[in-house]
Amino acid sequence: MGPRLKLFLPLILFALLAITLFRGLGLDPNKMPSALIGRPLPEFNLPALNQTGMVSAADVTGQPALLNVWATWCVSCRVEHPYLKQLAQQGIPIFGLNYKDEDRAAQRWLEELGDPYRFNIADREGTLGLDMGVYGAPETYLLDAAGVVRYRHAGVVDEKVWQTILEPLYLELSKGNGAP
Amino acid sequence: MIPEIGHFALIIALCLALILALVPAWGAWRGNSVAMALAPGLAIGLLVFVGISFSCLSTAFLQDDFSVKLVASHSNSLLPSIYKFAAVWGNHEGSLLLWALILSLWTAAVALFSSQLPLLVLSRVLSVMGAIALGFLSFSLITSNPFTRLLPAAPADGSDLNPLLQDPGLIIHPPLLYMGYVGFSVAFAFAIAALLGGRLDASWARWSRPWTNIAWAFLSLGIMLGSWWAYYELGWGGWWFWDPVENASFMPWLAGTALIHSLAATEKRGLFKSWTVLLAIFTFSLSLLGTFLVRSGVLTSVHAFATDPARGMFILVFLAVVVGGSLTLYAFRAPAVSSRVSFGWVSRESLLLCNNVVFLVATLTVLFGTLFPLIVDALGLGKVSVGPPYFNAVFVPLMALLVPLMGLGPVSRWKRDAVERWRGELAIPAVVAVLCGITLPLLHAPYNMWVALAVLLSSWLVLGLARDLWQRLRSASSPGQGLARLTPGYCGMLIAHLGFAACVVGIVATSQYSVEHDLKMSPGDSRVLAGYEFHFVEVVQVRGPNFVADEARIEVTRDGVLVASMSPQKRRYLASGSVMTEAAIDAGLFRDLYVAMGEPVGSSGAWAMRLHFKPLVRWMWLGAILMAVGAFTAALDKRYRRQREVVHSSGEVVLRGA
Repeated sequence: MGPRLKLFLPLILFALLAITLFRGLGLDPNKMPSALIGRPLPEFNLPALNQTGMVSAADVTGQPALLNVWATWCVSCRVEHPYLKQLAQQGIPIFGLNYKDEDRAAQRWLEELGDPYRFNIADREGTLGLDMGVYGAPETYLLDAAGVVRYRHAGVVDEKVWQTILEPLYLELSKGNGAP
Repeated sequence: MIPEIGHFALIIALCLALILALVPAWGAWRGNSVAMALAPGLAIGLLVFVGISFSCLSTAFLQDDFSVKLVASHSNSLLPSIYKFAAVWGNHEGSLLLWALILSLWTAAVALFSSQLPLLVLSRVLSVMGAIALGFLSFSLITSNPFTRLLPAAPADGSDLNPLLQDPGLIIHPPLLYMGYVGFSVAFAFAIAALLGGRLDASWARWSRPWTNIAWAFLSLGIMLGSWWAYYELGWGGWWFWDPVENASFMPWLAGTALIHSLAATEKRGLFKSWTVLLAIFTFSLSLLGTFLVRSGVLTSVHAFATDPARGMFILVFLAVVVGGSLTLYAFRAPAVSSRVSFGWVSRESLLLCNNVVFLVATLTVLFGTLFPLIVDALGLGKVSVGPPYFNAVFVPLMALLVPLMGLGPVSRWKRDAVERWRGELAIPAVVAVLCGITLPLLHAPYNMWVALAVLLSSWLVLGLARDLWQRLRSASSPGQGLARLTPGYCGMLIAHLGFAACVVGIVATSQYSVEHDLKMSPGDSRVLAGYEFHFVEVVQVRGPNFVADEARIEVTRDGVLVASMSPQKRRYLASGSVMTEAAIDAGLFRDLYVAMGEPVGSSGAWAMRLHFKPLVRWMWLGAILMAVGAFTAALDKRYRRQREVVHSSGEVVLRGA
């Protein structure tokens, strides 16, 4: 029975795969409760893209804001980009986390497509991303004035996501902050 | 009325598929030749009714019947007719119908071109394909009916087809890709039929080979077109992104490549039988898995269709039945004893084995990279992503390992060969390949080690082929006669391997030598890139059928001679308001010039421009085309038809005896 038993191996492997796929169906890749929600951003000290000097968690505090994780290798980020520019034009503060990317490529991207960000954190090695539990780009975090993560959206932020999820939360945070 | 006819035809097709899946299989089991003989007719009937259904949907699109929900949400009256037609499969429901159409095409093709096959085998094969058709047709009818109406409130006009998809390349990309994907169902059906019959022999491999080759050729063309489309349509000069949807088509291609080579060993030497059957099952399973990943929404990707968990559930159950069922059958019926045929370590068999190992590892690498985020998520360990660096890190060494062996392949002999003979045969090619590797990259400064390696490997491959060809021609009385004696199978191998070499050079040279500049240019400006002077003449407003565009006029000169006039566009589509970059490309065998418009800068008429110089980028796609041509050529081999007749007569004897 030895040699015959071996032939069951593919079946067993497939069964494991099928169970994984089944569990995967129940999960929404865009919905991820983050361990960070209700907690401040992890401490970091990383170079800023396009400007000299380092930035840290303190630099993104002061007002409710979006922290957008993006990269030039990420195709969806390109889809998302025009809408971020619209949001920036409406005065929503957006900080960028350029994730596992080359500075030069990222700078070119911003020059060519426009720059909606207040500034960009250059997370070349993905260390901050790792601390934050970034799943992939694009991802957008809603921070309150104290720099505490209030919401995390994985995937593209478009008009629908903004109007149904992020904007209500953002307005609420702004009210609490005394800002318009 | 027409959509209802289409819907009705689809239901009839479903019934035919049900009968095809059950009756001939029952006939084959009980030895009832009347039931078995029904199979070809049913297969053709299936094609006719799926065809009617597909034509009805196409008609609804071409006639702007916006009372059909699918038409209203994916097409509009301004769209050029050709894109209205392409819009039929530019969405989930329609592309599923296309899948079913192509599956019934393959089924009917097997029915028509396999009259030489023993009826017993043919009826089993067609039954298996009928069962697959049954699954897909019920998927279409139950979860994704393309003929749903929007009545009584039919909209006056539809929304736009995604502008990204409004492109000639995308008209034929999905059909070609599906021809490949679905074509592997034939190899799968033959494997299942062989397992059911309990006879895994050389004839089974011989029957499968031409079908597998053709499917693989279509898949190669489909993947190539997809890459080419991404290159010129997405506007930033990239051609492969390791996106889950791309991986979904690449995995069956890799497994199919292994299958083609393993089938050769099974046919010629009766080796690796269980392994080849497993590969046939594996290849088609990957096609199904690809369909699942693209449509279920378990993985996010830009070019995934609108996704829906109910659909995902359906495909998963279908996947479990087809793959689980066939693997169970395999576990019980595959020959457990390894074949008694022996071969030496230095032989063509072991080289084919190496090919199989490399391609299997490559397939599993892509599979793992694609599913890893999902697996980690399902285990509750958090969310991770795998990017292009992972795939590149694995693929480069794998291919560097493959090509040296590939150069030996054609020269090697079956059963037992000698290292001394290889040394004698390939000493000159090896030396010349090293010389090419050292000198050819000198043509392009600065010297690049990766290109040198790629040139070394591909010239080794090409020179090995040339050496073998020369050897064959020399042994004939005249070169003309020698050429005439080459079989299509051999020529196909030659062409496909040459294509692979071209692909390797193209990919490495493009990745290493490409130059790109992003800059601000005003009309009147000139910029020099890689010896070409780009002169920005003006920006004009142009109007297309369903878009308006800013079009830049750029003249490219080299040493004062006009090389090309290029007109990239920035389009705004009227129906959806989306803005698209239309790159201008001056294509050439040795280099592409590529200009894409960014955003306007300031109010002085300046634009952000992206200029690319891409050497040898065409070689990659040319290589893929050669591979496809090679596979088609090999499928033409008379051997497959002739020997089928021999088997036919002996099959008849078996039937009469039963």
